[in-house]
Amino acid sequence: MRRLIVIAIPYLWLLALFLIPFVIVVKISLSDVALARPPYFPQWDWSAGWQGIRDFFAELDFENFIFLTSDDLYWKAYLSSAKIALISTFLTLLVGFPIAYGMARAPEHWRPTLMMLVILPFWTSFLIRVYSWMGILSQGGLLNSLLLSIGLISEPLTILNTDTAVYIGIVYTYLPFMILPVYAALEKLDGSLLEAAEDLGCSRLSAFWLVTVPLSRAGVVAGCFLVFIPAIGEFVIPSLLGGSETLMIGKVLYEEFFSNRDWPVASAVAVVLLLILVVPIVLFQRNQQKQAEAEA
Amino acid sequence: MPQKVFAPWEDQDEKPLIRFRDVTKRFGDFTAIDQINLDIYAKEFFALLGPSGCGKTTLMRMLAGFETPTEGVIELAGQDIAPVPPNQRAVNMMFQSYALFPHLSVWENIAFGLKREKKDKGTIETRVSEMLKLTRLEKFARRKPHQISGGQRQRVALARSLAKAPKLLLLDEPLGALDRKLREETQFELMDIQEKTGTTFVIVTHDQEEAMTVASRVAVMDEGKLMQVATPDRIYEAPSSVYVADFIGDVNIIEGKAHQTGDRLQVDWAEGQPALSAKTTDDYSLGQTCYLAIRPEKVAISAERPTGANVLQGEVLDIAYLGNISTYHVKLPTGHVIKAQQANTRRIARRPFTWEDKVWISWSETAAVVLNQ
Ligand SMILES: Nc1ncnc2c1ncn2[C@@H]1O[C@H](COP(=O)(O)OP(=O)(O)OP(=O)(O)O)[C@@H](O)[C@H]1O
Ligand SMILES: [Mg+2]
Repeated sequence: MRRLIVIAIPYLWLLALFLIPFVIVVKISLSDVALARPPYFPQWDWSAGWQGIRDFFAELDFENFIFLTSDDLYWKAYLSSAKIALISTFLTLLVGFPIAYGMARAPEHWRPTLMMLVILPFWTSFLIRVYSWMGILSQGGLLNSLLLSIGLISEPLTILNTDTAVYIGIVYTYLPFMILPVYAALEKLDGSLLEAAEDLGCSRLSAFWLVTVPLSRAGVVAGCFLVFIPAIGEFVIPSLLGGSETLMIGKVLYEEFFSNRDWPVASAVAVVLLLILVVPIVLFQRNQQKQAEAEA
Repeated sequence: MPQKVFAPWEDQDEKPLIRFRDVTKRFGDFTAIDQINLDIYAKEFFALLGPSGCGKTTLMRMLAGFETPTEGVIELAGQDIAPVPPNQRAVNMMFQSYALFPHLSVWENIAFGLKREKKDKGTIETRVSEMLKLTRLEKFARRKPHQISGGQRQRVALARSLAKAPKLLLLDEPLGALDRKLREETQFELMDIQEKTGTTFVIVTHDQEEAMTVASRVAVMDEGKLMQVATPDRIYEAPSSVYVADFIGDVNIIEGKAHQTGDRLQVDWAEGQPALSAKTTDDYSLGQTCYLAIRPEKVAISAERPTGANVLQGEVLDIAYLGNISTYHVKLPTGHVIKAQQANTRRIARRPFTWEDKVWISWSETAAVVLNQ
């Protein structure tokens, strides 16, 4: 009985916080937009009994999904989001791996402090941190004043409201998600393996490629998914730091929802995004499982 | 047919392959290796013996290049090796922790060093299968290290270090996890390899029998110091200190005051007991403290009073039955407990002595080694 409860809790959690909301979203995505409150049709008519339910289902259709294919804004937004997420994942890895490596190589008594420093930014509101990047990157911002004052540039750079600012924002925001799994993998790496590799004729560099890289692979893969999956649907960063031409599906979704008040289309966008993300999420699960098996 | 004895350490003209000169290694203020001077000759099978934490692994790691001496010089074939990085030393090490690559199969682990040498595929394959055969791992070639047993892992580590056939091979407890039979077979394999390839072996072991079987010379270490370096039989028969005598094999130590006449030493060891006599070539001053070290197998045990140089009476306190031999712990009236060993030529039921029997023990004048420390 106790076991049953223990198993049931996470499932109930998923049911309440994922599955039910998802079903609601799917339902809305199959509805039609309406000038009403809530702004879609049909509504569930409790009083009409069986007939009401049948009417309700008869009204649902895939119109909104078909609409998504008719306007190339949507697939372009998906594609551009995927591209931005992919590039920023790669950049995050590029920045995060050396940091994780340095942390894992640092003296043991330093490591908790370094870990703390990586997590520390989470203690400030995400929104405030993104806003402060606006202050740093804007025309008269900190970065430009600094570069101007040391004479590196003569004209202020336009960084804010470009894709570059979006990349900076995403890399900055999701860096801890990359560092932590990579660090966990590197920290576990037994130093004597590198010694063994050197003993058998490897240079430091080839020992890194032949031992460190393959053994931290699972951590790198986990980190990449943890960055890629949220980055693809990112809304705050592109809308605050990106320009008008920065096309991301999160922004499209926001606009459909709040500007157009077209809840059904917005829901359809969200459902498609989720379907797209199922692929990397399943791959991520596989990676975690394989790693768990390798460690057993 | 008289065979030439392999004993380069006795030859003045012979140049050692490895030479430690006043080597000290400190970790912080802890001295792991303390002023070691040691010569190891080519084609030796050199065993390092000592209690846990005495610095055996540290000594090896300095040879492999993972630690640099704090003081002193290590020479390999006359060259100071301090500036040579580990990957350029003709030295391979088998790690105490095995250090197998978890992401590579057994086969790839063994081939790792060969691939770094850019050997062609055929050569690598032949060599790896040779090693697999030697260590009986053919069946496990495709498995990953976490899919095999501890003893099999140890053999993979051994095979990997042997694969490159280096000039100097460092084996840190290579056979500890193997069962007795496999261990003995592997010991002979190692000696065989050594004979065929002329590789110099330095081997750490906790098993003194192993050291005795395989080694050309044995070094006994304690707290970073070399206590004695000698051939196995010298270490056993003529230990230089009580520490070495006690560390290698079983031994009875009797402390007493010396009284020397010529090469004969009379040792007063207990109030009201006749002095024990032993032969020595060293000089002892009158009343100097000395120790008699007597191996249990050199102590005879009998029911009747025997004639001999040293005869004592006591009572059987305990009997340790070891299959082929039994060790009797005999308690003397003075409180000393002397161990005497006897071969079990008869079945257990007909064992001549049992608990609390009054027995006589005796040993000859030459049986005991006299030590001054
Ligand atoms: N990197 C290090 N830092 C500090 N102390 C060390 C280090 N490496 C070894 N030591 C210390 O040096 C001493 C000798 O260690 P070593 O590993 O050589 O022992 P060992 O003789 O191989 O022991 P065992 O038989 O248990 O393997 C130990 O007391 C150990 O704690
Ligand atoms: Mg050791």
